[in-house]
Amino acid sequence: MENNHQALFTYCVRLADNALVLAQRLCEWCGHGPILEEDIAISNMGLDLLGQSRALYTYAATLEGAGRTEDDLAFHRNERQFLNRCLVEQPNGDFAVTMMKSFLYSSLAYLQFRELSRSKDETLSGIAAKALKELTYHVRHSSQWVIRLGDGTDESHQRISIALQDLWGFTDELFEMDEVDRILIQAGVACDLEALRSEWNQMVEEVFGQALLSLPSVVGYRSKGGFKGIHTEHLGHMLSEMQYLPRAYPDAKW
Amino acid sequence: MSSSDNWPSWEVFTQKGDGSPHEHAGNVHAPDAEMALLNARDVYARRMEAVNIWVVPTVSIVASTPEDMGPFFDPANDKMYRWPNFYKTPEGIKQI
Amino acid sequence: MELHEMNSDAAERESRFLKRIAEGQTIEPKDWMPERYRKQLLRMMSQHAHSEVVGMLPEGNWLTRAPSLMRKSVLLAKIQDEAGHGLYIYSGAETLGTSREEMIDQLLTGKAKYSSIFNYPSLNWADMGAIGWLVDGAAIVNQTMLAKCSYGPYARAMVRICKEENFHNKQGYQIMAHLMRGTKEQQEMAQDAFNRWWWPSIMMLGPSDKNSPNSAELMSWKVKLQSNDELRQRFIDRTVPQAEAIGLTVPDEKLKWNPQTRHYEFGEINWDEFNQVISGNGPCNRLRMKQRRDAHENGQWVREAALAHAAKRAKSEAA
Repeated sequence: MENNHQALFTYCVRLADNALVLAQRLCEWCGHGPILEEDIAISNMGLDLLGQSRALYTYAATLEGAGRTEDDLAFHRNERQFLNRCLVEQPNGDFAVTMMKSFLYSSLAYLQFRELSRSKDETLSGIAAKALKELTYHVRHSSQWVIRLGDGTDESHQRISIALQDLWGFTDELFEMDEVDRILIQAGVACDLEALRSEWNQMVEEVFGQALLSLPSVVGYRSKGGFKGIHTEHLGHMLSEMQYLPRAYPDAKW
Repeated sequence: MSSSDNWPSWEVFTQKGDGSPHEHAGNVHAPDAEMALLNARDVYARRMEAVNIWVVPTVSIVASTPEDMGPFFDPANDKMYRWPNFYKTPEGIKQI
Repeated sequence: MELHEMNSDAAERESRFLKRIAEGQTIEPKDWMPERYRKQLLRMMSQHAHSEVVGMLPEGNWLTRAPSLMRKSVLLAKIQDEAGHGLYIYSGAETLGTSREEMIDQLLTGKAKYSSIFNYPSLNWADMGAIGWLVDGAAIVNQTMLAKCSYGPYARAMVRICKEENFHNKQGYQIMAHLMRGTKEQQEMAQDAFNRWWWPSIMMLGPSDKNSPNSAELMSWKVKLQSNDELRQRFIDRTVPQAEAIGLTVPDEKLKWNPQTRHYEFGEINWDEFNQVISGNGPCNRLRMKQRRDAHENGQWVREAALAHAAKRAKSEAA
């Protein structure tokens, strides 16, 4: 693959992996949500994310031109080949952790896809425009929950504060970029994530303000490297479960 | 079973398409109006069956009762001049 | 009012009600209805809603292991629909003078029943096909009938549900058909799932009418429009050819097409098993109830927080 194609392939797989891994986590909530309406809302977000991952994997496979399919990419790559940011692979925890994670991720994804919908690459801009509509909704839903839990009861406030403490260390990583991004930014295809940071901070602080939450003053370990295949221990277990059937029956088509 | 975690009920009305009237679709439970709207969209409009949604707290709905049926509605029955088919149009007129 | 006046008043109301039913009229929430009608409908509707919600669990069990992205999406959409169906029916049942919370409390304390079928475990991927094809297939036979029942909110919920249920049934059958065209292991998987889900699906349509205490009354009120045995026969007649078309063997040695009656004859149903399962002693009853109880209990702080927030907002807006 030529340079640009290779870069765009990796870029799309990174985005697809984010969406798939987060969708997989949301699937774990099915039938266990705090109320029926929330089971439906979480499934909705899961379905949107699955759809986004499929569109991105399919495009990546086309760019690669080696005959791989969306399922080859999803089910036949190992832990070090997955390129999602570590935030999305974190376990669901309680409802506060899930909503905080969803908010932190979808607010950044919203900004990123907003820029990508102006990409010079038509396919990517099309995928981004559709995802943007969906992410608008995810941000709305998850931020409403962060606010309600933050400014709800003492118990909910404590839980969402802990969620924030636990997940904040994964947010710097959302802005990580490398040579792949630089090549594509130059070509007008991808966007500069660092340029989105102050807008993202504003969005997040606005919601946290209403939720009576303050940013952690001490961060500790700042996660990095997910987009290059360095993950937390959680991803391996998730992939074992997710990839089990195609790997157990290599000759089968599903 | 505590009542401090029971969400109130909201009636949902959806508008199928541009220019259509809102129709009752069912109800959702939600803690407040914003969540009711979000829930209603997920439950009743995820297959694109609506372009607009109203949510109303169930307690706010005021309805006529079956006992009203006679006095409420019968007097309207003999005022046939309110119906378009009461009026004969001359032959050959297509629009009206 | 004198007692005898009240009694004849009640008798008159009852006969007017039955006349409305006989004329095929729809009964709506504010209409007068016999207390028994209200109670029976509430029982039926809440059980139905509970079944939809519990039904999410055997399928949720395989969602994270769906073998392709397409299958994962379709299964998630199906489970989401089931949550929605539960919601529509709870919503309809609330018109009979109860609350969703009361109904859920009845389920979680074991006072209310739900469909026997969901007390069976989902043991391999093919179970996703079998459940969609057989369980939803049986449900469609029942729900198509209920879409014409006399109680407005129930009938309307059924119409909405039938629209969505067809996709569930089709995708289930398509999974089975696909497996039967696959590797030897996939074919065995499919036949195994079929063997385990066939009889429970037939039992889903309820006990034989001679053993069904509620049937006659429900038929007189046009809540039930066909007997359990009629629905069961319809389900078998339509499903057996579907099984044979994809090469599955029906696990019933007595199964035979009768060219005179133009129906399938079938073997003895194990009603002991049905009764055990329905009274709480099936393979998964305890697990399902635990899962639902945990979800409800773990969600309490969430529900409370949302209400607390709403109360705070209302207070500050009123100020």
